[in-house]
This record gives sequence, C-alpha cells and structure tokens, in this order.
Amino acid sequence: MSKIGIPRTLEYFLFFPFWKGFFTELGHEVVVSPVTNKAIVEKGVEEAVNDACIPIKIYHGHVAQLADRVDYLFCPRLVSMRKGGDFGTETFCPKFLGLPDMIRATMENIPPIIDTRIDLKKGKNEMAAVCREIGASLGNQGPEITRAYKRGQALQEQYQALQRQGMLPDEAEERLFKNKTTTPEKTGPKPDLNIALVGYPYAVYDHYINAGLLKLLQKEGGRVFTQEMLTQAQMEREAETLPKNMFWYFSNQVVYGALHYLRRSEIDGIIHVTTFACGPDSMVDRLIEIEAKKRSQKPYLSIMIDEHSGDAGVRTRVEAFLDMLRYRRDKR
Amino acid sequence: MKISFPRMGYSYIAFKWLVENLGHECIVPPEPSKRTLDLGVQHSPEFACIPFKLLTGTYLEVAEMGAELIITSGGMGPCRAGYYWVMHQYLLDELDQNIRVMAFEPPLCDLKDFFQKLYWIKSSSGLSLHAFLQVLKVAWQKLIAIDDVEMRSHELRPLEINRGQTTRTLWKALERLDQADTLEEVETGRLEGLKHLDSIELDRTRRPIKIGIIGEIYVVLEPAANHYIQIMLGEMGVETNRSIYLTTYARTSTIVDLEGDIYAKARPYLNEAPIGGHGANSVGETVLYAEHGFDGVVQLAPFGCIPEIVAKSILPRVSRDLDIPVLTIFIDEQTGKAGVQTRLEAFVDLLERKRISKESRRGR
Repeated sequence: MSKIGIPRTLEYFLFFPFWKGFFTELGHEVVVSPVTNKAIVEKGVEEAVNDACIPIKIYHGHVAQLADRVDYLFCPRLVSMRKGGDFGTETFCPKFLGLPDMIRATMENIPPIIDTRIDLKKGKNEMAAVCREIGASLGNQGPEITRAYKRGQALQEQYQALQRQGMLPDEAEERLFKNKTTTPEKTGPKPDLNIALVGYPYAVYDHYINAGLLKLLQKEGGRVFTQEMLTQAQMEREAETLPKNMFWYFSNQVVYGALHYLRRSEIDGIIHVTTFACGPDSMVDRLIEIEAKKRSQKPYLSIMIDEHSGDAGVRTRVEAFLDMLRYRRDKR
Repeated sequence: MKISFPRMGYSYIAFKWLVENLGHECIVPPEPSKRTLDLGVQHSPEFACIPFKLLTGTYLEVAEMGAELIITSGGMGPCRAGYYWVMHQYLLDELDQNIRVMAFEPPLCDLKDFFQKLYWIKSSSGLSLHAFLQVLKVAWQKLIAIDDVEMRSHELRPLEINRGQTTRTLWKALERLDQADTLEEVETGRLEGLKHLDSIELDRTRRPIKIGIIGEIYVVLEPAANHYIQIMLGEMGVETNRSIYLTTYARTSTIVDLEGDIYAKARPYLNEAPIGGHGANSVGETVLYAEHGFDGVVQLAPFGCIPEIVAKSILPRVSRDLDIPVLTIFIDEQTGKAGVQTRLEAFVDLLERKRISKESRRGR
C-alpha cells in the first residue's frame, strides 16, 4: 500500500473521483493537497520558471505541499481526452504535455512521479490500458486493477451526472464521498439573474485564485451555469459553427460552452474567467468576445486573475456587471 | 490579384518572385518597424505572442498598400501559431479590412484542402501544370540559395577584418538573387554570392566563440524581431549557428520527418514530443550543440511562448548535466536593442572566461 499524492488543481476538478475510486479500490491511500491558499501560491511562484502562467505556478506550490507526505506523486501526462478537434488533433496546452518533466527539472526532493501518458484518442480501451500500466507500476495484479478501474468509472459517471444536474464540483464531491444528501442552505437572495460562467475548471472552481467568484455571484443573486453542466453532445454541436477548432481540450470546452450559452435565451450574461499569462486564452478570450458580439446581444465580461487578485477588484467588476444586467433587463 | 504573405527573414525575396511569376501583383510586406509593432500591439490580444502582434501589424500595413489576399501557413497545434490565421481573419474583419487570409494546413492532415488551395493558385495563375511546377521549383531553389549565402555569412562575420563588410556583401548577394529568374541564374547567383563572401579579407588566427541559436521559429528567423542578433554577435567576434532555416524546416515538416532524431536527443529530459512549436527541438538542439563542442546556446523566444517556456524550465538541467551555458532571451514589445546587447556581451564574456579556465586546466 502506498500513499499517492494528488495536487488539488489543474485536472483535479475534471476527474478526481475517478482516480480517488481507482487508487482506493487498489488499497492505496490518496492524499490530496489542501485547498489553494496564500502559502501555496507563494511557494509556487518561487519554485516555477518565472515565465509560466499562474495555474502552472500554483501546481508547483501544490506539489511542494505533497512532496514529503507521499510515496508517489500522481502527475499524469495529459495528451488527449478524446478524438476531437479538427482531424482528431485535439490535445492539451504544451505546458500539460511537458508538466512531469518541468516538475522534475525544476523541483528538488520530490517523490517518484507517476507520469503515465494519457492519450485517449487512441481508442475506447485506452483508459483501461492506462490503468493497467499505473496499477502494475504500483505492484497490483490484473483482476484487482480491472475492478478498481470499474469502480473509478462508476464514481466518475455519478460525478458528471451530478454536475449536469447543476451541481458544482465541491458539492458533487461531498455527495459522492461523504454521503451528504442534503444540499446546504443557500444564503442570500433568490437568484434573479442567470449567468454563464466559462473558463478552465482550475480557474472557475478554485475559490482562492478566483477570489470567491462563484460564491460572490450566488450571493449577489446570480444563478451560475458552467460548461461542465452541459453534455458532450450539446458542446459538439458548436464545433461545427467555427472556422477552425482550437487545439486544446480545455479551450475547446470553454469555447463550446460559451457558444452554447450564447444561444440560450434565459442566460442574461456571460463571464469568462481567464488566468494571467495563459497562452491559449489570449486567443480564446478574443474569440468569445467577437462571437458574442456577432451572435447575440448578450453582455460579456472577461475577468483575469493573477497571484495578486484581491477580492475587491473582482467584486467591483462583478457587481458593476450584474447591476448593468439588471438595468438592461428592467429597461426592456 | 494583389497578394501578400508574412515576412520571415530574407525569404520574402523568393516569395515575391513566386507571387509575381504566378501572374499576380505582389505586395511585399515591409520589414517590421516601430509602426508595425505599434499597430499590432494596439489591435492584438494583450497576451498574444510577439510574432502574432508583428503579423497583425504587417497585415494592416499590407492592407493599406492594397493587398487583397494573404497567403500563410496553418498548423495543428498545440502551438498557437496554427490558430493565427483564424484569429487574424477575425481581427481584420472587425477592423473592416477587405482582405482574406488563406492558410495552408499541413497536407498530412487535410490533403484535399491542401490540393484545393494549390489548385486555386494554379488556375488563377493561368499557367500550365508544367510551367506552374517550374515556377515552384525556381522559388524553392531561391529559398535554398538565400539560406546558403546567409549561413556562410554567419561563419565568416566573426573573422572579418573590416567590420560590416560581410553584411554588405551578403546584401549584395541577396540583391543578385532577387534578380534571378531561371534555375541557372539562381545557381550562378548562389555561387557568385558564396564566392564574394569567401573573398572577404579575414583574420584566420582568431578563434571565435561558438554559440548555437535555438528557439521559436519567427523570432529566430526575423532579424527585425530579434534585433539582428546574429549580426550583433558576429560583430562581437562570435560564430553563430542557427538551428532553424526555412529550407530545413520545410524539408522536415512534410512527409519525410527528419526531426525524430532531435526528439530522441531531448528524450532524457523531455519525454514527450512534439510539444508544439520548437519546444522539444530546443531541448534536443541544446544537447546537440553541447555534443558538438559549442561554447554556449542562446534561446530566443517570444514572451509568453508556451512551448519555449516548457523548454526554458527544463534547459537549466540540460545545461548543468552537459556543462553548456544557456542564455534565454524572451522578446516582447518592450525589449530594446541595448538591453539585448548588454546581456549578450556579458554572456560572451562569461563564455570566453570559461574557455580560458578550461584550457588552462587542460594545459596543467
């Protein structure tokens, strides 16, 4: 039995339940780094190459938190999630492709890294193959691994189903692993605005780096819709309306999500959360802005977060945006 | 039709000839200037990389000059460059510029689209297939000739006795190649250019420091973007070897892939390739330059270039393992010539001292 460390950032929000289920079923202990905090961000900024974007720096910070507490660091090399994009070339941002090597080259005293290559475009059995590779490297046997894989998959499906019902990842995770069946009482007024919030999961769902944006929106009377609440089919429909798809899985999800919500009449406005120095987002942000203008009358707000984002800055912009949406609605 | 294209180093000479001989009017993209950059910065997304911004500026300038069509390259990522043309078309449309961007995607991805575009160009030229292929061939030979004379100039410049003579001779050779219209004339131009370069007065006793130039293709190829770094280094008495030339690039990115070797070199440090752009190449090339006894490596990249950031974070380890100093220069709209020059002078100083101490150790 080993302790496996999983950083609570980047792809964590995408498929943590799968890995939690998989490793636990195999008899290993999963150690997750704490929720992002100031110390983690500062540590990350110190460790990472200075030109990196904020999410990558924060990842370094989370790795530092786990370094002396675990036997293995789980940092898979994400290459593709599906055969998507134009001619099936969809992949991840180069920083995801080189992440295990970056960690190895820049950080000292880190445990062995499980850097299995996850390239799911190869076929539908690929994920099982990936699991076999990881299981074998941890000393587990065939049948065990198959059972663990199925357990992981079951949890992942439930997790995604809960999200499609409109649940946010932390609520869905609590429901899955702590068996909480009652949703916590929502504070604040009854929502009167529908806001589509698009952006990378690690920016949208990390309450520290986005300065509590989700809670702020809820408190101010906004009902939040994210791209994770959509089905793949709903997303896919938007792919054909673009001259060319983006190359990055996360970016495509954001663009499709935004384009989908542009069509929905009940959505009052769109907010795009982007992180400082994010390469793909320089394209994504302008693309959504132009398409929002072309395809609808919906107001669009882009919020860029960096390591210094105080909640006052975000709060001011969000409040002004919501005020403007209400003003527009009442005028009509 | 008035056609233009992105400018990258001296390749415009060959592309200009190509467009004109396909029966179109060529709007030659001007060398990127302060104005190009200002225009680009004003209209591009803030975090777009410098090649994107310079191209936005260039496209707006050629649009002013009357260009109706821009022919450029596409790409299938994960480097942003493959999405440039889409974004540029969006931006140009927003600015009400009546100009179309046509991109050639990698033929391996979309053979049909590739040939359709090629066919459109052929039929718009009114040439027979034979004549069309002949024109392509001459343009390709021109590109090779241009790269040949440029490569030679970088070898000779550190040895020149009269500063600036190599650069002046290179420009004359390029002018001659600009006039060449047939395969024979291109070949004569190439040989004469090389001959003139070889007859420059040299001081063969000098032992120039050798530096490999690696990094992102646009800032490596376009002297106006990298502050003429190779000429600058050459005049400091440094021999430079550039990892990328357009002709090697075109040779390796088509059906025959010669880059596999580079990736194998990078593998101990970066176990994934390609990672977009020239990221994995930069790691592999540093290993290669170290193996070939180079004194140092300069990595050139646009600020925010994703693949080069990955390479940069890995290069310190390569540098330590193989004992080869690496200087990374990220170029953005604020980068000034004096800043680059100061850093290069300090770097060259370091390399010279390193060589002296290495040799004295060996002598003892």
